[in-house]
Amino acid sequence: MTLDVSGVDVTLGGEQILEDVSATVADGRLVGVVGPNGAGKSTLLRAMNGVIDPDAGTVLVGGDDVHDLSSKAASRRIATVPQDTHVSFDFTVRQTVEMGRHPHQPRFGGDSDPEAVDRAMERAEVAQFADRDVTSLSGGEKQRVLLARALAQDAPVLLLDEPTASLDVNHQVRTLELVRGLADSDHRAVVAAIHDLDLAARYCDELVLVADGEVLDSGLPRDVLTPDAIREAFDARVAVGTDPATGAPTVTPLPDADAELDARVHVLGGGDTATPIVRELVDAGASVSVGPVVAGDTDHETADRFGLDCVTVEPFTSPGSAVEARAREHVEDADAVVVPAAAGASGVNPVLRDAASRCVVVDGEDGVTTAGTDGLGPRVAVDDVASAVDALDDPDEPLAVADGGND
Amino acid sequence: MGVYTRATVWTAASAALLVAVALVSATIGHASISVPTVALAALDVFAFPSSVSVSLQDQAVPALGGVPWPAFDFGYTSPLDFDVPDTHQYIVGQLRLPRIVLGSTVGASLAISGAVMQGFFRNPMADPSIVGVSSGAAVGAVAAITAPAVVTIGIQPAAFLGALVAAFTVYLVATENGRTPVATLLLAGVAVQTLLGAVTSFLIVNSGREIREAMYWLMGNLHGSRWHEAEAALPVVVLGSVVLLAYARDMNVLLAGEEDAHTLGVEVERTKRLLLAVASLVTAAAVSFAGAIGFVGLIVPHGVRLVVGPDHRVLLPVSAFVGGAFLVTADTIARSGAGNLPVGIVTAFVGAPFFLYLLRDREVHAL
Repeated sequence: MTLDVSGVDVTLGGEQILEDVSATVADGRLVGVVGPNGAGKSTLLRAMNGVIDPDAGTVLVGGDDVHDLSSKAASRRIATVPQDTHVSFDFTVRQTVEMGRHPHQPRFGGDSDPEAVDRAMERAEVAQFADRDVTSLSGGEKQRVLLARALAQDAPVLLLDEPTASLDVNHQVRTLELVRGLADSDHRAVVAAIHDLDLAARYCDELVLVADGEVLDSGLPRDVLTPDAIREAFDARVAVGTDPATGAPTVTPLPDADAELDARVHVLGGGDTATPIVRELVDAGASVSVGPVVAGDTDHETADRFGLDCVTVEPFTSPGSAVEARAREHVEDADAVVVPAAAGASGVNPVLRDAASRCVVVDGEDGVTTAGTDGLGPRVAVDDVASAVDALDDPDEPLAVADGGND
Repeated sequence: MGVYTRATVWTAASAALLVAVALVSATIGHASISVPTVALAALDVFAFPSSVSVSLQDQAVPALGGVPWPAFDFGYTSPLDFDVPDTHQYIVGQLRLPRIVLGSTVGASLAISGAVMQGFFRNPMADPSIVGVSSGAAVGAVAAITAPAVVTIGIQPAAFLGALVAAFTVYLVATENGRTPVATLLLAGVAVQTLLGAVTSFLIVNSGREIREAMYWLMGNLHGSRWHEAEAALPVVVLGSVVLLAYARDMNVLLAGEEDAHTLGVEVERTKRLLLAVASLVTAAAVSFAGAIGFVGLIVPHGVRLVVGPDHRVLLPVSAFVGGAFLVTADTIARSGAGNLPVGIVTAFVGAPFFLYLLRDREVHAL
């Protein structure tokens, strides 16, 4: 059963929480809603399950507007796992899970599917404490009980609000594997608000990135989770890479850049020689490009994680003239070129270095800048590379580095 | 054991308790009568309505004069006739049993609506009169007692009317755009209760010799109960309880919070309205006959919940019978003690310490 949200506006207490939000979730799809705290993720779920009436727009489930359905009819189509619930009363786990059967039980008479509660408890791995009071469970166990309750509800659409928020690392993965299975083998349409971007990217077919009540982007996790999009949504600096263990995008938050180095810098490299330099320069706030480097090597991965322009050479081939031309464009646009000494003499690097108007060679002791004896330019340590680049901008700076170029 | 089996077993047990308490209570009094005699006399009283006739009678209404009002006249058939001495038959059948039946009815109604209100408000301190039912009844009753020339409809109808008007007012004040937030309802209830308390005090201060009767009503009592009172209260309480029982599972789900309840298929606002209306009606029927008897609706559901758990499908019927047994016991103490105490004093006297004990010993902090 398809869940179709289109153009939804929600205002709560005079404040616009959602603005023109649209999303579609088809059978067998797991869609993750990601975004910063207060972005409206939970509100979006509450609009989806009919708890909140949107001011504009529609929420269609199986073709019917969820607000035209009775609570009972809606709850047979959509089950919700809330982030937490008021479990401040001593119902047992079994009694709590049984509440999920409410929409299937007539007011007088028995349940059409008496096994459903046991199956749901088994599946959510809470059967072992079926007779314990919910109040005596840990936060993570409670969350699984709520998941079991939603499973007992047996609805084709499932909404989960932070299903892994209070779970340990083992249960996070088990829960999401279960949720994945609900989409894959049960063909349910599943929506999960997940604040862990790595888990969201790893398990979801599609992500909806929400910030300030608006959808910034939606689509494949790899396309949505770019450093720029995350910076816009979360106001955070991140590196996005590929987790070699799962093959999924992985997001590494970084501290805010401590300086604003207002310069375009091109880094030559190869292997992993450019990586520490790129890190330093990006931290300093420079706008960095890299290359040519061999596709898939460490320097390439680093450039990717930071979302940098990177000129790559296919492995086991030599850089052709096209690659060299693109790299040369970067070099000519850059305010400075930085070369790791180890890479300085290999491949096309010497040519590009020669084309640069200003050049810094990284190979030195911390805090010591020495003139190079090989005519490559001054030698600085990795830690000093940002200030050396900064100094290049100011011709009066005594540390100013001699041109490494050939002019 | 399935929940319905549990409910049946516990309900049967608590019903047996009520019957036992009623039988023992009927033996106690100036004339001591044995349990078998009481049982036979009670069976003799048993009758079922076999005919009914409706007539229109003029009911005096201020400003309008006589207004025709339907009056129902039931004929009863009594199938059993055991050999019981006439005096005993009269004492048990006409003096003690009406009072016991009314006491059970009132106790049951207060306890079941107390259980409903505690769940509804998710507040352990909620009692049946939390939305102003008792204070509304008090204004009606005291007005009828102190100003019979103005309020001519009699104490009990006036109390019943006052109770419903108060509850309805609280509901209206707390409702906005078709939604009735529980917290608003609670606060509106407190405010209206305070206001009505002031009105009651004003009426009492300005009354003369009726002050004793008014105070007596306010403390809650079953003194001088007759069959027609029990007959009037019982159907309301029984029907109301059946409706509440039908919504027991919805009440369980509502305990998880209104949003969760909505996603679990409960029509939240409609269910809340219905529960509030029926619980208030049931409470109003009780307090208009017996006055504002406190503590039954508060402590009985708590005590029962400790034993049978929070599931309303078990909690509600058991609370009703235990509430009845509790009030009959308290009333037996009240009428056998010195000076025919109002039962409200006894329930508070027994109930408050018991509640404090529960609070300390069994941690009745939450539902």
